[in-house]
Amino acid sequence: MSNFPWLTTIGVIPLIGAVVVMLLPRSKGLLAKQLALVFSLIALGMTIAMALQFDADVTDPFQFSESASWIPALGISYSVGVDGIGLVLIGLAATLVPVVILAGWHDVDEELGSVKGYFALILVLQTLMIGVFAATDVFLFYVFFEAMLVPIYFLIGRYGGPQRAYAAVKFLIYSLVGGLFMLASLIGLYVVSGRQLGEGTFDFLSLVGLEMDSTTQRLLFLGFFFAFAIKAPLFPFHTWLPDAAKESTPGTAVLLIGVLDKVGTFGMIRYLLPIFPEASQFYAPVVIAMAVIGILYGALVALGQNDMKRLFAYSSMSHFGFIALGIFVFTNIGMSGSVLYMVAHGLSTAAVFLVAGFLMARRGGSSLISDYGGISKVAPVLAGFLLFAALSSLALPGLASFLGEFMVLLGTFQIYPWVAVVATLGIVFTAAYVLRFYQRTATGPVPAAYAPGSAHPMTDVKAREVTALAPLVLLTIVLGVFPTPALDVINPAVEWTQQTLGVVDPPPQIDTPGGGQ
Amino acid sequence: MIGTGAVVAQTAPLLAPLNAATGIFQYIWVLIALPLAGAIILLTTGSLLKRWGHIIGVATVGVSAILGIIMLLEMMGRSADDRAFGQTAFTWVFAGQFDVDVAFQLDQLSMVFVLLITIVGTLIHIYSIGYMAHDPDRKRFFGFLNLFIAAMLLLVLADNYLLLYVGWEGVGLASYLLIGFWQYKNSAAAAAKKAFVINRVGDVGLSLAIMLMFVTFGSVTFSSVFANAGEASDSTLTWIGLLLLLAAAGKSAQFPLQAWLLDAMEGPTPVSALIHAATMVTAGVYLIVRSNAIYDRTVFAATAVVVVGVITMIIGAIIGSAKDDIKKALAGSTMSQIGYMVLAAGLGPIGYVFAIFHLLTHGVFKANLFLSAGSVMHGMNNGVNMRRFGALRAAMIITFGAFTAGYLAIIGIPPFSGFYSKDKIIHAAFEQSNIVGIAGVLAAGITGFYMTRMIVMTFFGKARWEDDAHPHESPPVMTIPLIILGFGSAFTGMALVYWGDIETWLTPVTGLEERELAIPTVVLEMLTLATVLVGVGVAIWIYRRSVPIEPPQKVSVLTVAARQNMFDDAINDVVAVRPTWYTARFLVWFDNRAVDGFVNGLAAAVGGVSGRLRRIQTGFTRTYALVMVIGVLAVLTALGLVMLP
Repeated sequence: MSNFPWLTTIGVIPLIGAVVVMLLPRSKGLLAKQLALVFSLIALGMTIAMALQFDADVTDPFQFSESASWIPALGISYSVGVDGIGLVLIGLAATLVPVVILAGWHDVDEELGSVKGYFALILVLQTLMIGVFAATDVFLFYVFFEAMLVPIYFLIGRYGGPQRAYAAVKFLIYSLVGGLFMLASLIGLYVVSGRQLGEGTFDFLSLVGLEMDSTTQRLLFLGFFFAFAIKAPLFPFHTWLPDAAKESTPGTAVLLIGVLDKVGTFGMIRYLLPIFPEASQFYAPVVIAMAVIGILYGALVALGQNDMKRLFAYSSMSHFGFIALGIFVFTNIGMSGSVLYMVAHGLSTAAVFLVAGFLMARRGGSSLISDYGGISKVAPVLAGFLLFAALSSLALPGLASFLGEFMVLLGTFQIYPWVAVVATLGIVFTAAYVLRFYQRTATGPVPAAYAPGSAHPMTDVKAREVTALAPLVLLTIVLGVFPTPALDVINPAVEWTQQTLGVVDPPPQIDTPGGGQ
Repeated sequence: MIGTGAVVAQTAPLLAPLNAATGIFQYIWVLIALPLAGAIILLTTGSLLKRWGHIIGVATVGVSAILGIIMLLEMMGRSADDRAFGQTAFTWVFAGQFDVDVAFQLDQLSMVFVLLITIVGTLIHIYSIGYMAHDPDRKRFFGFLNLFIAAMLLLVLADNYLLLYVGWEGVGLASYLLIGFWQYKNSAAAAAKKAFVINRVGDVGLSLAIMLMFVTFGSVTFSSVFANAGEASDSTLTWIGLLLLLAAAGKSAQFPLQAWLLDAMEGPTPVSALIHAATMVTAGVYLIVRSNAIYDRTVFAATAVVVVGVITMIIGAIIGSAKDDIKKALAGSTMSQIGYMVLAAGLGPIGYVFAIFHLLTHGVFKANLFLSAGSVMHGMNNGVNMRRFGALRAAMIITFGAFTAGYLAIIGIPPFSGFYSKDKIIHAAFEQSNIVGIAGVLAAGITGFYMTRMIVMTFFGKARWEDDAHPHESPPVMTIPLIILGFGSAFTGMALVYWGDIETWLTPVTGLEERELAIPTVVLEMLTLATVLVGVGVAIWIYRRSVPIEPPQKVSVLTVAARQNMFDDAINDVVAVRPTWYTARFLVWFDNRAVDGFVNGLAAAVGGVSGRLRRIQTGFTRTYALVMVIGVLAVLTALGLVMLP
């Protein structure tokens, strides 16, 4: 099966699903959901089958590579392939889509908009997410990067909350502005490659070897960086996120923050560092400064939020600070930690937003924290999931997010100890806002509005909800206790990135015989 | 710190390689796995097994205790330099030079902790069957208790600092869940959050210490850090020592991170006994003693440990003297007694052994005192106000007997447990510095005062009961553990000195040093005992005659301060809580109005978008300058940090 086009197949399955779902009559809403779930599960199964065949010992940067010429006149090709980093992120996307479909079973109805349209859009988004992580042609990456905006724009603008139009337009404008900068840089890269290689190309591996003078590198770096910093988002480009998260359905928020925003940090480690090594080093202090500000700023602003979705949007901004920090310290530990954290954050964000969604569904759609209280008394299992999601957000040791966060901090400490000290303070604020949130929602007296015996008593989780959350919980624990399967594939990709940058890890101060263990 | 006497005897810790875990020691992991399995079963099966939940809880911990005892006997049969075992379960996390295993180390130090945790844990589990009998969530309670036991065992059995961190925060989680067990009470939920957040401040210390160790030694396992500690620079060792002290202060409620422990008494009493007296709060002492190779080489950090211990020892005792809530008085006492242990740990090889010795005796007698207090509450409609107790000895004779044994042990009357362990610490303190020694004696006197006040207000004098109180003795499921712990309070000290020879037992791990003392040991013991008896006498004199039901208002400044826990909440408020809160509020405003407005304005200008976005621009010009200034300042500050070496 070595020549089997795994990535294309996995990418096309959800697209076929979307078409099939759209062909159904409007009255077959339930069937649309069921079919969407089936197609996303097939894609997940295929992804697992592919991951099992991924060989961590192969020296080629990419595996499962496919290539076909697309616009040969411009050196553009349809080329896909994955390294360990792309693989784990595709795995994350493939896992979250069926979870989101199942969790969002009742999130939309025909009053709000077409039910089949909602689930078809999610499937289209899945295709694009797989494409964006699998592309090895930079132009192809750009196409997926921009195309993702379309389904998300409709998912927010059609199916979101009362301010959805504003949030969707804001999201679109931010992203488009970032995309424009990236397009400019992309053209620049093409011109440079044309001058140097005789023929312009967008092939990633050909671009990695380009020799560029530092001015060119730095300018082109900035174009990509703006796009990624808005997508991720880093301070101060984050303000679209709280609005988008608040107005989205829970499922859209999960895909937006859990996966789509990772394209920003993925782009940094995949494209910025290898293609612009000198510029990456040059701008590293600025990016690190933005990241550290984001860690503390996001956490403090989260502390002051009254809306749970906005709270966890700022929380994510804080966590994206950690991820960007780990990437731009250029140490193996830091970068591996960042990639692990991307996965862990995807899982914890999903858990948080889905539980928040389940709560909102029981409370007339309100995401105001003050509308809740005492959930642990009336819905103990739901409160248990909420607590687990909260603990995953605050990076409790033993869970995946802890390893990601600690490795980022450790990798930072190796190069900039004082930055690590400041960033580590973030863990106190994180505990404060996460537990304050849990205290305000799950503990204390039960509000009259949903007390037992009232008109709308709070009910505990349903089987469907448990089924959606269980894989998130299990993966969070497994990756926290036994991350070897992920680290095995991440490490070679990180080492390759370090080579392209020309950096090595600093040795320990004391050379210990048999050290390192 | 300058010693007062010449060194008489000295034994360095053995840094022998660990033995492969064979025979019974192959099952080190089972010690942790059993209570963990119990926790998972109890917490994930909902209302299934509801009638049997407590049995599962007790059985898993009990079997761990038996396994621990078998391992102890096996270990005792081997020679002193051959008692440490290592077991690697699997590779945990790796990247570049970073490589950490899930691996365990069972040596003389972790062995005594395993026994303390599992044996006292089993007794408290049994007691809880009765104490929580009427709670609808008893099964969940046992699940959390099992989770705690598993995490605590992981903490003391880990062979490296990162895995220790998992146990460290695991016990913190269990503590959080159990303090907030009755979380429909706002006070319980708030206390739980406070404990966790303050502990996170300590965790910053632990995290940074681990990072510093890794960049220094290239490893975070105990064996390689300790073996190479001698080659690290003084400043590195001092920083590691201070950061570990910060961690220890959080977990062990030591100054200045002590404010959470009194609030933690919101949890059910068995929790206070197990977690907030006998085991978890002593984890900081474990961390310091375990890291002796660091503290032996940094006088500054070791001295800081002593200072923190002395301060907490005194303020804990003062707080304990002013509380009318029996559990809070005991909590003040716990702070104070852990202060003794921390002080001893800071003394270096003179004190490590005695820090652990006192930790073990305290673990037994304080668990006893808390469970006795719980038994009193059980018979008094869950009242905790000692001003409404009095004359209870006749109504609950077994509880009274157990409490008395604990009382005699904690104030240090020979031959009860505390006499041996506390006197050893005072003795060691005098070997190092007279001031510290005198502080130890003084605190012993205050201990005599507050404990006598407690026993007199509760069991003697006139009955001051609420009208609906019908005091009665607790059921056997509660009193049997009390009787066992009562005997433990009486004899643990003697047993560990004469039968267990705790000094020789621990020396291979901690090292030992003795110094010449100007005054003979007997004189010192008499001096301490006399001071204790003065405290006892004063308390009897004040509280024997009458105890007003309302706390007197015309009291000294010290009493006012002690009732307010030495103003710890007020200080934290000014230093940390309010500044954080105001910053957060400001940043929320700043983010909504300034950053968002600025970037929206930019977007509107670039995109030429219509009115919907323009509306948000109001205030754009006003805030523009502010954004620029603050933004530039923030980036410059952060840049400055990056440029630091």
